[in-house]
Amino acid sequence: MTDTAPVSSAPLLEVENLRVHYPLRGGLLRRVVDHVRAVDDVSFPGARGRTTGLVGESGSGKTTIGRALIKLAPITGGSIRFNGTELTTLSNREFLPFRKRVQMIFQDPFNSLNPRMTVEAIIREPLDIHFPKQGVAEKRERVAGLLRRVGLEPDHMHRYPHQFSGGQRQRIGIARALAVEPEFIICDEAVSALDVSVQAQVVNLLQDLQAELGLTYLFIAHDLAVVEHISDHVLVMHRGKLVESASAEEIYREPKADYTRKLLDAVPRL
Amino acid sequence: MKSLLLEVYRRPLGRASLFVLIALYLGALFAGFLATQPVNSQDLAHTYHPPTPIVWHDGGLAVPDYRVVDKSGPRYERTGEYHRLRLLAPGFEYRLLGLLPLQRHLVQPVDPSAKVYLLGSDSTGRCVFSRLVYGSRVSLLIGLVGITITLFLGLLVGGLSGYFGGRIDFFAMRGVEFLMAIPSLYLLLALRSVLAPRFNSDQMFVVIVIILSLIGWAGAARVLRGMSLSLRRRQFVLAAESMGQSPLRILRLHILPNLASYLLVAATLSIPGYILGEAALSFLGLGIAEPASSWGLMLSQAQNIKIFMLNFWWLLTPGVAMFVTVIAFNLLGDVLRDIVDPRMKTQ
Repeated sequence: MTDTAPVSSAPLLEVENLRVHYPLRGGLLRRVVDHVRAVDDVSFPGARGRTTGLVGESGSGKTTIGRALIKLAPITGGSIRFNGTELTTLSNREFLPFRKRVQMIFQDPFNSLNPRMTVEAIIREPLDIHFPKQGVAEKRERVAGLLRRVGLEPDHMHRYPHQFSGGQRQRIGIARALAVEPEFIICDEAVSALDVSVQAQVVNLLQDLQAELGLTYLFIAHDLAVVEHISDHVLVMHRGKLVESASAEEIYREPKADYTRKLLDAVPRL
Repeated sequence: MKSLLLEVYRRPLGRASLFVLIALYLGALFAGFLATQPVNSQDLAHTYHPPTPIVWHDGGLAVPDYRVVDKSGPRYERTGEYHRLRLLAPGFEYRLLGLLPLQRHLVQPVDPSAKVYLLGSDSTGRCVFSRLVYGSRVSLLIGLVGITITLFLGLLVGGLSGYFGGRIDFFAMRGVEFLMAIPSLYLLLALRSVLAPRFNSDQMFVVIVIILSLIGWAGAARVLRGMSLSLRRRQFVLAAESMGQSPLRILRLHILPNLASYLLVAATLSIPGYILGEAALSFLGLGIAEPASSWGLMLSQAQNIKIFMLNFWWLLTPGVAMFVTVIAFNLLGDVLRDIVDPRMKTQ
């Protein structure tokens, strides 16, 4: 691919023909007889400072895409470019700087925070990894600032995750993702486990942070209504393949794929 | 950790077992202070002496005097005389905690030639009570040391194979299965006979602990592998991985602390196995050897049919001590498990 456009206007993330196949083994010798095509030939851009929504039902491969981007899922083929750098060929060691630039917010707020760690230790963990030279007082100051930023109190840092509600925990998860000043955040079903009213608060927080810090989001969800609300561009996935890619208004106004229409019909209306 | 102890204390069973265990371990620590006679002082004129009760006589504590009426039995009867006792009195020399040389004992006769056998004497006239408190050192320590080695090995093998999976997991688990397939008593005897000639009786304690742990770690490794495998897929571990945390730090920060409560319960519930294992080995004459003392060794000396025929019940007290210890550990383990995992509670 030749990309002649200046870097600033090029998409931050470019995914091309991404494939994640899991081998199915059978027979006596455990030979590979077939593959589960979790992600099959998916291409999309992630525009800088924008939100790309990714919808699909359970098992459609949307979470696998998110995980493949940060090497948590094995990539079978295709290319992922981040700010012009090809990520798929990097070794784990070479990939480490990108683990700072790309962060992930996880689905289950009850499961994504270690129950045995204080909030301070949880948020400080990425700082400890990527800024090992920073002093303890400095890190604590940073944790306090982050907590304030996501709408929690700085003295909450001495508590444990079980002392918080689901929405508050998700805010802790967001603070952890923000700690190392990433450019790109993958929100993997970040609001799906929350109550509708809390969902709105967390979505608004994410939008505020985007406006303030110029973040680029990949927003993965199964709920088209939420995705349509937060996203600039929406991708619809079905059985590992991308069935539709369009702007948020367009997809709502005139969905092209049958599957998208079905998804839209499933959105409850008042 | 502190709140866990408080929780245990709040439950009657937990409190009782905790007190019993603390008393037993304090007894082992201060064995020299509690003992009335040196662990190996024999007196062939007073074999199978019955327990001497402590009574209040003539304005002070005393023990009745006995004389032999039938040497072949032997049978004793009271003479009607009494020997005065003194509390915190000087007696034979011992080392407190193995360091501090001391002579004070809890109870000593005023007349040094008087015989005080709180739990009678054995076939060579040694004080059973003194041997019991000295023997508790071996029997109680073996559980703690054994479980530490077992869990360390289990955690190392099980934790790593569960975390990394794949080939490491495959070979580690096949090794564990191999170890589990060997009948453990046979393995115990084989290891003991291979190792025995190289060690004297003092080192035997260490050898026995190592043998028992080598047999025991396989089961622990298997359970811990399963737990670390399931923790491995938890989102907070994925989160740490996505941040670029190193595998060793993930194990230390995320996996290990979440295994801690299980480890505590498993440790408490498996200690009795080591105490009984030592007893079994010593009973078969393969464990702690004379002149040292351990509960298993003392019990093995009570095998003599004479002891049952003539009702020398005090020689079976090491069995009672073992019983109490094992029950206390099991109860404490149950209470801990109920606290850590209330769903497992038996109604």
